[in-house]
Amino acid sequence: MARQTGSLRAYFLTRLLLAVPNLLILLTIVFLLMRVAPGDPISAALGGRLPQEELDRRRHEAGYDRPIVVQYLEFLGNTLTLDFGTTLTDNRALTSVIVQNGAATLELTFFAMVVAVTVGVIVGLVAGRFRDTVLDVGGRLFGIVIYAAPVFFLGFLAQLTFGKWLGLLPTSGRADPVVQFDLDTKTNLFVLDSIITGNWTALWDVTRHLVMPVLTLGLVIGGVFIRLIRVNVLQTLKGDYVEAARARGVPERKVVFRHAFRNALVPVVTVMGLQFAVLLSGAVLTEQTFNWPGLGAELVRYLNNRDYIAVQGIITFTGLVVVFASLMIDVVTAWIDPRVRY
Amino acid sequence: MAAPPVPRSEMSPSVEVPRRVGFVRRTFAPVAQARGIPRAIVWIGAGITAMFILLAIFAPVVAPYHFNQYRTGDGERFVKQEAPSAEHPFGTNVMSTDVMSRVIYGSRTAIEVVLLSLAFALAIGLPLGLVSGYFRGKLDRALVLVMDSMIAFPYLLIAIVVAFLLSEAIGRGVITAALAISVTYTPFYFRVVRNHVISVQEEPYVEAARALGARPRTIIGRYVFQNVIQNVPVIATLNAADAILTLAALGFLGYGIQPTEAAEWGYDIQRAIADAGAGIWWTGLFPGLAIVLLVTGLTLLGEGLNDVMNPVIRKRPIRRVEMPPLPALEEP
Repeated sequence: MARQTGSLRAYFLTRLLLAVPNLLILLTIVFLLMRVAPGDPISAALGGRLPQEELDRRRHEAGYDRPIVVQYLEFLGNTLTLDFGTTLTDNRALTSVIVQNGAATLELTFFAMVVAVTVGVIVGLVAGRFRDTVLDVGGRLFGIVIYAAPVFFLGFLAQLTFGKWLGLLPTSGRADPVVQFDLDTKTNLFVLDSIITGNWTALWDVTRHLVMPVLTLGLVIGGVFIRLIRVNVLQTLKGDYVEAARARGVPERKVVFRHAFRNALVPVVTVMGLQFAVLLSGAVLTEQTFNWPGLGAELVRYLNNRDYIAVQGIITFTGLVVVFASLMIDVVTAWIDPRVRY
Repeated sequence: MAAPPVPRSEMSPSVEVPRRVGFVRRTFAPVAQARGIPRAIVWIGAGITAMFILLAIFAPVVAPYHFNQYRTGDGERFVKQEAPSAEHPFGTNVMSTDVMSRVIYGSRTAIEVVLLSLAFALAIGLPLGLVSGYFRGKLDRALVLVMDSMIAFPYLLIAIVVAFLLSEAIGRGVITAALAISVTYTPFYFRVVRNHVISVQEEPYVEAARALGARPRTIIGRYVFQNVIQNVPVIATLNAADAILTLAALGFLGYGIQPTEAAEWGYDIQRAIADAGAGIWWTGLFPGLAIVLLVTGLTLLGEGLNDVMNPVIRKRPIRRVEMPPLPALEEP
C-alpha cells in the first residue's frame, strides 16, 4: 500500500488536537474523584473544627453550594488559565506550591532520568549483543533485581550504608539549612542557582544531597531500560537488514554498531515517554524516603490533612505535565522516525 | 523460523486428548520445549513464587509468633528493636513485634492482594477489551481515549487517591488495597486484549467462522477469546510483580492496609526508615529482601514465559527429522 508521509507540522497539529480530549478526560476524572466522591472540600478539611454556620458561610463564599455542573465548568476554566486555587489548610497559592516544590521534583527527576538512560543503554546493549552469555545473564539479573527493589528499600539501604556507616552523604533534604539560607534562589533549581550565583560551597552541598535520591530513583528506572533495550537489540539483530549487511560482507563490528544498536535505540525516546509516569510515581516514594520537599511529598501531606483543593491542584498540574510531555515525546519521535507520522 | 511441518499422522497423541486439556497443553507447550537458559529462568522463577505461596498458606505454622504479637505467652513484653537473636531470628521492630513473623505473614497479605487485584483487573479489562476490539465504533474510540489517559498518568498517584477515598468509605483492608491496585492495571489488560482482538480478527479462521454465519458471541467466545487468553499468563505474572510493588508503595506511604489487620512489608519499611539513622538494619532489610525476592521470582517467571512463548524472540531447538524405517526392509 502506498503511503504518503505527512509533514512534521501536520503531524504536530493533529497530535495537538488529539491531546485536547485526552486532557479533558483527565480533568473530568480528577474532578469526579476529588470533588464528587468526598463531598465538598471545606467540610472535609475543616469539618468539626469550625461551627456549622462558619462552615456554611465559607462553603457559600467558595461557591460549593452551586450546582455541580457549574462548579465543573468553573474548574475547567480555571485550569485553562492555570489558576489552581489556594490550599485550604495553610492558605498557599497552589501556583507557588507548584513553583517551589515542583522545582525540587524537577531537579530530582531530571538527574534520575540521566542516570537511568545511561545505565540502561550501556547494560541493555551489552546484554542484548551477547545473548545467553554470562554478560547477558548478569545484565538481565541486575535489571530484574534492581527493578524488583522498591525505591524506598534501596533508599533505606543507601541511607544505612552511605549515611550511617560510612558517613559520606546526608540522608535528608535538599541542602544544609545554613547553605540554603545563603543561597540566592532564582529558579528554585538549587544546582542551577548555585552555578549562576557562583556559590561553590552551595554547589558542593547541594550535589551531595542529590547523590543518594538521584541514584536510587535512577537505578530503579534504569532497570526498565535495560530490559527494553535488550529485547530491542535481540529483535534488530534478527532483522533482515542486519542479515543483508552481513551478507554484503560488512564487518561484524559495523553491523552491530551501525545497524543493530542504532535501530535498537530509536524506541528509547518513546520509552522515556512511557517511563515518565513511572518516574513521577517513583519520585513520590523517593521524596518521602529522603525528606525531599517535592510535589509528591506535598501531595501526601495535603492528602493526610484532607485538603482536597491542594490535592486536586497538584493532580491537575501533574495531568497537564503528563499530557504536554507525551505530546512532546510523540513529536520528537516523529521527527526522528518519519514512519510514525500520520 | 517456524518449526518444520510434521505430518499429521506423526504428531503426538495429544490430538486425541479432550479439548480443555489440549488447550492448556498447547498454551504451555513452548515451556516444555524450551532448553538452556530460558528454561532455567522459568523454573527458578516458578520455584521462588511457589516458595512464597507455601509460606503464605502455612504462615501460622511456620512463623514463630503472630504478626501482631508483642509479648510472650507469659505476658512479658518483647524488647523493642532488639538485634537478631535465638528467640527472634530477624530481631524485633519499633512496635516490639517479631520481624520474622511479620515477614512471613506479609507474604500472605501480598499474595491475597495480588490475586484479588488481578481478578478485579481481569474481570473489567478482559470483557471490555474483547467487546471494544471486536465491535470497534464509537464505544471503542471512547474507551481507548479513557484508558490511554489513565495509562499516561502516574499510576501511583491514581492508586493513592483511590486508596484514600476508598478507605474513607469502606475502611483500610485487603479489598481497598486490591481495588486501588487493580484500577491502575485495568487499562493495560484492556489495551493488550483489544489490540490482540483486532489483529486476530483478520485471521482466516475468524473470517471463515463469520462466513459460516457464526454469531458474534460464538466468534468472540470460541475463536477470539481462546486465542487472546494465551497472552494472559505472561501479562498476569508480570503484573503480579508490579502489583506487589504498588502494594508496598501504598503501605510505605501509609495508604495500605491497617497495620493491626495484616502484616505488610511496605508499611514495615516505612517504620524502618527512621531506624536507619540509628544503624538498626534488621527492621528494614528483611521485609525489603522479601519484596525483592518475590518480585524477582515473578518477573523471572513472566520474562521466562515471554521468552519461550513470544514467537518474535523465541529460539526453538531445531527438531531432528527422523525418517520412519521403510516397511519393506522389516520383512524378511
